[in-house]
Formats: sequence, C-alpha cells, structure tokens
Amino acid sequence: MSNKKIWKIFFLAPIIIYVALLIALPLCYILLISFFKSDYYGGMISTFTIQNYIDVFDQVYVSVFLKSILIAGITTIICILISYPFVIAVSHKHPRTQKILMTLVMVPFLTNSLIRMYGWLVLLRKSGVINQVLLGTGIISEPLSLMYNIPGILIGMVYTLLPFMILPLYSSVSTIEPYLLEAASDLGASKIKTFFKIIVPQTLPGLFNGSLMVFTPALGYFFIIDILGGGKMMILGNLIKNQFLTARNWPFGAAISIILVLITSLIILAYRKLGGKMDDLGGA
Amino acid sequence: MKKIMENVYLILVFIFLFLPITVLILFSFNTSSLNIVFEGFTLHWYQDLLQNRTLLESLVNTLIVAGISTIVSTAIGTISAYGLHKYSFKGKNLVNELLYIPVVIPEIVLGIALLSVYTLLKLELGMFTLILAHICFCIPFVIISVRSVLEGMDSHIEEVASDLGASRFQIFTKITIPMLMPGILSGAQLALTLSLDDVVISYFTAGPGANTLPLQVYSMIKTGITPDVNALITIMLGIVFILLTISTVVQLRRLKKEDVR
Repeated sequence: MSNKKIWKIFFLAPIIIYVALLIALPLCYILLISFFKSDYYGGMISTFTIQNYIDVFDQVYVSVFLKSILIAGITTIICILISYPFVIAVSHKHPRTQKILMTLVMVPFLTNSLIRMYGWLVLLRKSGVINQVLLGTGIISEPLSLMYNIPGILIGMVYTLLPFMILPLYSSVSTIEPYLLEAASDLGASKIKTFFKIIVPQTLPGLFNGSLMVFTPALGYFFIIDILGGGKMMILGNLIKNQFLTARNWPFGAAISIILVLITSLIILAYRKLGGKMDDLGGA
Repeated sequence: MKKIMENVYLILVFIFLFLPITVLILFSFNTSSLNIVFEGFTLHWYQDLLQNRTLLESLVNTLIVAGISTIVSTAIGTISAYGLHKYSFKGKNLVNELLYIPVVIPEIVLGIALLSVYTLLKLELGMFTLILAHICFCIPFVIISVRSVLEGMDSHIEEVASDLGASRFQIFTKITIPMLMPGILSGAQLALTLSLDDVVISYFTAGPGANTLPLQVYSMIKTGITPDVNALITIMLGIVFILLTISTVVQLRRLKKEDVR
C-alpha cells in the first residue's frame, strides 16, 4: 500500500466508522423495530406491521403531538421576543463590552440544565423563594401557583433554550452595516419601520437558525416537564421515554420517534429552502 | 433615555439568566437544610460534602465522562474535518449529510436509538456506553467548528512545505494543526459544554454503574435535595467560571491587539 493511501485511510476511517456505527446503525435499527410488535413483556416480535403507526393516530397521542408543538411554538416565540431587544441593546455597546456580555450569557449554561431546573424549582414552588418574598413584603396574601402548570413549563423551556436564540441572532445583528441604520434614520424612517424593514430582513438567517435550535429540542425535553410540570403534562419526550422505560413497548416508542424525526426533517428542509446553511446550526 | 431603557432591559434579562444559579449558590451557605428560607451563614454543608461518597463519586464520573469525551471527540473531529476537506471518496456527500443528524434531531431520539443498539449488541450500560454516547453527539460540533477555519486556510502553505521535503506527518503536526488551533479549541470548548450540560442522552445511556451529577440530582429531586448538593454545584460552577474568565481575558487581549493594529 502506498504511503498516500495509508494517510487517506488515517484521515477517513474514523469518520466512516463513526457515521456507520453511531449514526446510521442506531437510526436504521429504530426504523426497523418501529415495524415490529411488542410482546407485552418488554420484548419484541420481529414481524412486519404498520400497526404502531396506526396507533399513533389515537386521539390521546394526537393530542400529545399537538400539545408538544404548541409548547415548542410558544417557547420559540417568547425566545424571539426576548432576544431581539437584547441583541440590539448589546450591539450598541463597545466591542469589548459586547464580548463580555455575550460570555456572561453563556455562564449559566455551563452548569447542567437539569441542575438549573432544580434552581427554578427552589424559586417557583409554593414554599419557594419567590412566594416567600412576595408574602413577606405583603404583595400577596396567598402563595401563587407558579409551577406544575403551563406557565411553569414555559419558564423552564424559555430559560433552557434562550441562548440558542440569542447566539445566532447576535451574530447576524453584528453583521448589519451601521451606515444602513444611519441612512434609514436620516431618511426619516421610524424606529419600528427600521426594525421591520432593515433589522428583521438582515437577521433572517439568524432568526431561522435560532428558531430551529429552540423548537426541536423543546419537543423532547422531558425532564423540564417532569420537574416543573409535576407529571400532569405530557409532551413527545415524555411519551417516548415512557414507552422505552416504563411501558416497555419499544416498537411503539420507535414509531413515535420516527415521526418526530420526520417532523424535524420537514423543518430542516424548509430551513434549507430558505437558504439556511447546515454548518451554522452547529455554532451555538 | 434610550440608553437607560436599554441598560435596564439588559439587566433584567441577566437577572432572569442568573436567578436560579444564584439561589442554588446562596442556599449552599444556608444553616437551614430545607432550601426554603435563608436563615444564616454556614460552611458545614461543604464539610458534609466531603463525607458524601455517592455525591463525590457522581462528580468524579461527570468529570471523567466530560474529559474523555472532549479529548476523543476533539481528536476524531479534527482528523475527520481535515479528511473530509482534503479527500474525495464515494459516499462523501452521504457522510456529510449524516453528520448533521446529531446536531438537529431531538436528543431523545438519539438517546433511545443508542440505547436500542447497545441492547442489540448486548453492551452493558455503564461508563463506557455513556462516554461513547457523549462522543457521538460531540463529534459533529467539533467537525463544524474546525471546518469553518479550514475553509479560510491557504492550502498553498502545505504544498510549499511538501515541495521543501516535509513529510505528510510533519505537515499535519507542524503546519496544519497549529493553523487549525482556533477551530480545534472552540470545538473542544463546545464539546465540553455539551457534555457537561447533557441530561437527555445520559438518561438513556448511563445505566446504574455510571451515576453522573445531573442524574444524581434528578433521582434526588423526588426525595428532596440536601444542601451539600448545592455546595457541590457551587464548587463546580466556581471551577467553570475561572476557566471561562481565563479564556475570555485571553480573547479580549487578542481583540485589543487587533484594535492597536
């Protein structure tokens, strides 16, 4: 074997083995078992049936799908609403201050997301810090229900996913040429008009990127629902987790996962059609 | 006026971002063990922590998993980014497409898919399967990070080195790697962050033998968490904060130098 060939193998073998064994094989296997039958004892019978996919259309599961999409959608919108003013305010600062502020955004995210959810639990519960403070200052006389409900879940989701919106939006806001904004204001454009006619179009790539990186994980974050939703709510993540670990109906869990992959693929396809680059998604 | 409004908004967002961590840190110094009201200052939870075998073990496991998966995924990611940039082969497009899967699919799908394959291959769940799973979701991020530097690299330098008689090995270690260093470092930082932050994939791939800090906290939430956990979290955050400060100061210095130029 020539020297050149050995080098080629050195540079390419790891990635091919990795893609084949840790990406292609697991996903193909999930696809395969989604056509199997559960034996109700935690095992699988290898036949070919599309019953699992038919079962997904049961009203119970359809409502889980819709709820998940609704929660992920609202989370994405709240993240967008918080992030735009934030990144615009940051972009008005001195470059060094900008660097420090954006690093500060990342600091909380270096502790594990589950631990941060525990922090919210300490804050939000009936006997939690926020209720104690509000009761102590006499603003309220009865503790508020801040968690084990939809607002609690949304606080957890928005909190966990916010940096994935802020980071891409910040990098696209910082590419807007300042003269564009000056020209707009010289020509008498109002603040609102400048925002919608210049800032939004110029930051669309970042906006799509951020929305994708917020929306898809939000469909699966079962631990946020477990901790802040109190087990009353269910999203796709909990459903899949339960099928694999509690109900032990792997074929059905696999079928739901495959549908989740299909939903994600559609979103990615739209993102690409709109001119989004895949490499930008990994920069967060 | 506008400036004040902007600053107030920035402060509000930062309060939101730091609130849950601040509370956890505060309660690690609290005399009450209930994580409800702050009663007084104490350090005895830090002493308790030293006695708590399970907790310390979960910390060590977390660091082992993060350390090994960062090193391995950075090495494989760097080699692969270079290989994919330099060589063409049959099925290269397919490999490139499949690489994005761990970046974009919901983590839970990757988690259960890996769990299923581990079961299929009769691999016992533990540290090995957990580390393998972390390497799996970190590699694509390293590749993307290194690739962004590779694309701006001048390939003539390698050609010149080769013309001057440098071996393939010398070129890669003496020229390519140093030039790719910014991408390699940011890829490694990303891998470390992702590994430390992960809950979902670890939940499915860890098994009883590999208790990490987040999994430990998860199982304790139902029974109640003692403040020695807060002490542990505070220590970890302190370490991470110091590392991040160093890396930011270095980057700011570089920014300053560019300003002078």
